[in-house]
Amino acid sequence: MGITSKPVVFAVLSAAVILVGTTATVFIPLFMPSTQPVSAYIKPYTAVEQEGRDIYMREGCNNCHTQTVRPLRTEVLRYGEYSKPEEFAYDRPFLWGSRRTGPDLNRVGGKYPDSWHYTHLMSPQGMFEKSNMPPYAWLAKNKLDTSYSYKKTSTLNYGYPESNVQQQIEQYRSTVTDDAYPSKESRDKATPPELRKELTEMDALVAYLQKLGRDVKAMEAKK
Amino acid sequence: MSEAGYNYRVVRGFAFSALFWLVIGLVVGLWMAVEMFYPALNLTPWLSFGRLRVVHTNGLGLGFALAAIFATSYYMLQRLNRAAIPFPRLAQAHLYIFNTVIALGALSLFAGMNTTKEYAELEWPLDIGVVIVWVMFAINVFGTLIKRREKQMYISLWYIIAMTVAIAILYIVNNLEIPVNLFKSYTVYAGANDANVEWWYGHNIVGFIFTVPILAMFYYFLPKATGLPIYSHRLSIVSFWALNFAYLWTGAHHLMLTPLPEWIQTVAMGFSIFLIAPSWGSVVNGYYTLQGNWDQMRSNYLVKFFIAGITFYGLQTIQGPLQGLRTINAFFHYTDWVVGHVHMGTMGWVTMVVAASFYYMIPHITNTEIYSIKLANIQFWLTLFGQVIWTATMWIAGIQQGAMWKATNPDGSLMYNFLDTVASLYPYYQLRFAAGLIFFIGILIFVWNLVMTVRKKPAFD
Repeated sequence: MGITSKPVVFAVLSAAVILVGTTATVFIPLFMPSTQPVSAYIKPYTAVEQEGRDIYMREGCNNCHTQTVRPLRTEVLRYGEYSKPEEFAYDRPFLWGSRRTGPDLNRVGGKYPDSWHYTHLMSPQGMFEKSNMPPYAWLAKNKLDTSYSYKKTSTLNYGYPESNVQQQIEQYRSTVTDDAYPSKESRDKATPPELRKELTEMDALVAYLQKLGRDVKAMEAKK
Repeated sequence: MSEAGYNYRVVRGFAFSALFWLVIGLVVGLWMAVEMFYPALNLTPWLSFGRLRVVHTNGLGLGFALAAIFATSYYMLQRLNRAAIPFPRLAQAHLYIFNTVIALGALSLFAGMNTTKEYAELEWPLDIGVVIVWVMFAINVFGTLIKRREKQMYISLWYIIAMTVAIAILYIVNNLEIPVNLFKSYTVYAGANDANVEWWYGHNIVGFIFTVPILAMFYYFLPKATGLPIYSHRLSIVSFWALNFAYLWTGAHHLMLTPLPEWIQTVAMGFSIFLIAPSWGSVVNGYYTLQGNWDQMRSNYLVKFFIAGITFYGLQTIQGPLQGLRTINAFFHYTDWVVGHVHMGTMGWVTMVVAASFYYMIPHITNTEIYSIKLANIQFWLTLFGQVIWTATMWIAGIQQGAMWKATNPDGSLMYNFLDTVASLYPYYQLRFAAGLIFFIGILIFVWNLVMTVRKKPAFD
């Protein structure tokens, strides 16, 4: 028996056998257009939405919420139009998830007003007595750290100049802290007084949730 | 050190590290199990479900399983090659650095430093740590193999070689990321490609941690514990190469009906079905090894661990490919059914075989007898009973939720809102916690039994 007495040859052969399927189904598709379609309708996340996405990742929301609607009748009824590959062009990493302890969030953007999210994140059980979602009230007590926002968007190749990133942050801050903000009441209820004029982690998370699935609606309307 | 100058110190170090991370990982698991029906237990950010889940999976997958693999690999390598580890100091450093990386990994995940790629959640500095740990291990693997005094490499060594090579490739490719700062990075892949790379990794890291090295233990410790040779050498050769070839094509069965190109999903589905053959090659080999000697199920306390383990492996490798079929997947995916599936593999197959291997190995490296066979038997029944209830409960919960998601009224509208489908699962979650507790008690007995074994005075010096 040849190779069972030659460990290095055996290792090289094992690697070769392992790399066949890997090359065919992973490495080659990396460079195929079908795995990276783009659409002019799909825009990158703003700096604040990206910060919200990072909080979503930090808290492991993906462990209970998926972000991909399958092309099944009851699924489309429940969540909306099924997911298209273009939607995820800026998703690094993807957040499709693997378990729906909670509902899918791919089409949650625009489904509810901001106020709904503030109230729900603060106490899911206050809104739905039987919910098992952890409460995230403390996110409103953390001021949003934007010191890496520009570095993040440039690492992700969103193409925003540094001044634009600052502008985006300032703009969103003035929107949610404005007296005319439609969700002011629930935001104030969630946010401690000293942070009401600042951006909190909860503000960023809400901004991210409201972005989910919104761009693609314009793309689908066009089709 | 032992009769032939073998290094057993590192074997023992890794074995008890494995037991330590096993207990930690299970405590976290029990805590989360309660959170599923009693969310008030999400007391602090550090204890919220989203963070604990990754501590649980990494603590048991990378902490417990890898430590158990390192312990048994160092043992099998030396015995099967009739050669001591060439770099004992490197192996000792491997032990310390491994435990440091896992401890820092657990802390960083508690703190929310999480890349979200399943089973690859550690941030980039710790990824580098994992790679260093792996290289330190690989040097001793190939060092021992090269200076071996036994001409042929036994089956278990093939599996150890395949694991060493495959995990290096999987881990590095999936963890390519661009740092933003010390605690944050972004993967180089985007969207559908990132999903494809991740599940190629996710599926195969399970394959090359929870299958391949566990088979190495099975093929070595079953004949050792029974005194019976493996039934068919030829079958093991065919199974080995077919398994290694086919495994890598199947990751996309985790991405059925997602925006990933359909042909990748379909290819994965086909190879998943094919995988039943080499998996059952090992199952058949295990059963036939006991041919004519089934009385050992009664007389030899270790045999039932191995046979229960390989049986769950056989069930696992039929259930998995069937779940991968597109139409079946459409019903079961995203439900607790899959959670049940995973835990049959980890609690039924991995834990059973690791337990039997440790019960054989620890007394051998410490020149003593097992502290209590009776306790080992009690452990067997508790872990078996706990695991079967645990997984069956989750399968039923999964069927129920899957059916409720799909149920429609005569007018075509949905019958249940999402919350109804969650609330209906709470009784199952309570039962699952109870089953987990039974399993955990079995594990505590296992740990106690081994601690007492090494604390006993050696039977002969």
